[in-house]
Amino acid sequence: MALVEDTVGIGYAAAEARVGDYFALLKPRVMSLVVFTALVGMLLAPGTLHPFVALVAIAAIAIGAGASGALNMWYDADIDAVMTRTRNRPVPAGRIAPQDALGIGVALSCFSVGLLGLAANWVAAAFLAFTIFFYAVVYTVWLKRATPQNIVIGGAAGAFPPMVGWAAVTGSLSLDAATLFLIIFLWTPPHFWALALYKKGDYAAAGIPMLPNVAGETATRNQILVYSVLLVLTAFLPVLTGMTDGIYAFAAAALGVVFAVLALHLRLAEEGAELRRRARRLFRYSLAYLFVLFVVLLADGLLVKWSMLG
Amino acid sequence: MNDLKAEDDALKAARRKRSVALGLVLGVVVLVFYALTIVKMGPAIFNRPL
Repeated sequence: MALVEDTVGIGYAAAEARVGDYFALLKPRVMSLVVFTALVGMLLAPGTLHPFVALVAIAAIAIGAGASGALNMWYDADIDAVMTRTRNRPVPAGRIAPQDALGIGVALSCFSVGLLGLAANWVAAAFLAFTIFFYAVVYTVWLKRATPQNIVIGGAAGAFPPMVGWAAVTGSLSLDAATLFLIIFLWTPPHFWALALYKKGDYAAAGIPMLPNVAGETATRNQILVYSVLLVLTAFLPVLTGMTDGIYAFAAAALGVVFAVLALHLRLAEEGAELRRRARRLFRYSLAYLFVLFVVLLADGLLVKWSMLG
Repeated sequence: MNDLKAEDDALKAARRKRSVALGLVLGVVVLVFYALTIVKMGPAIFNRPL
């Protein structure tokens, strides 16, 4: 029997929540991506941090990302319960009560911002607070259910972490940090719209106005292609600003050509099963693309940074 | 009856694990703040009027 009933009729038995459920509440996969991109920003920034301070700063950014995840799960429990991809999350599955998710989200938000301020500086902490606000309020509460451009604008929240990492070292922001932001910002629409194309039914059932449901599959594929081309071109900006060198330029070109070809391939697909297969392939490739691009960016950027120092 | 007891034991075990995890997290937080203080202030932390 459910201990508490909420408005959408999900039963909650919070006393049975396992430690793993609280960890899952923090969206560990999103956290790992945030940690990785923030670390890239931190290592490429001009200047250094004491290794322990850097470790604490990264932990604070990760906790902030986790707090955003908890707030998102609290607010989205009703739609998460409808979608196959999200129905096993701890809140919609009834293992953690929504008010607990809200409490954990708010408490961890305050803690992470305070910790980053004390460990690194208050510019980075303020930026982390803004990032949490942007994801939890601007994206989750406002944009997600209101407009098919939800993930375009909301994608900024996922693109801020390298800038937070950068600010943790320098106490300010720069064009190079904005370049890292722009790459992730332009990567987000093709990534999520590819997912939305093959999970269209899920989003329709939950009533979320994702682009394929509102504008149709052809318009979505056109937009994916446009954003993919913009992303591939933007990925060369770190070379132009002098943050990286030839190795990165080569990697950005090779990875970008594949990205653009997959986006074009998706655009030319017949509607139906083949379209969903190509959308899934682009979605998976986009994950690998961002990871490899940032690894090479980091490696090449560090070589440039050290050569300037030495 | 046995089912209820098993359920009760499972609840208690889950609660105990949560308490241990929370205790460990709090311990780590204390250590982090201690170490951070030493790292940020260094030997200057002892440099104060008594």
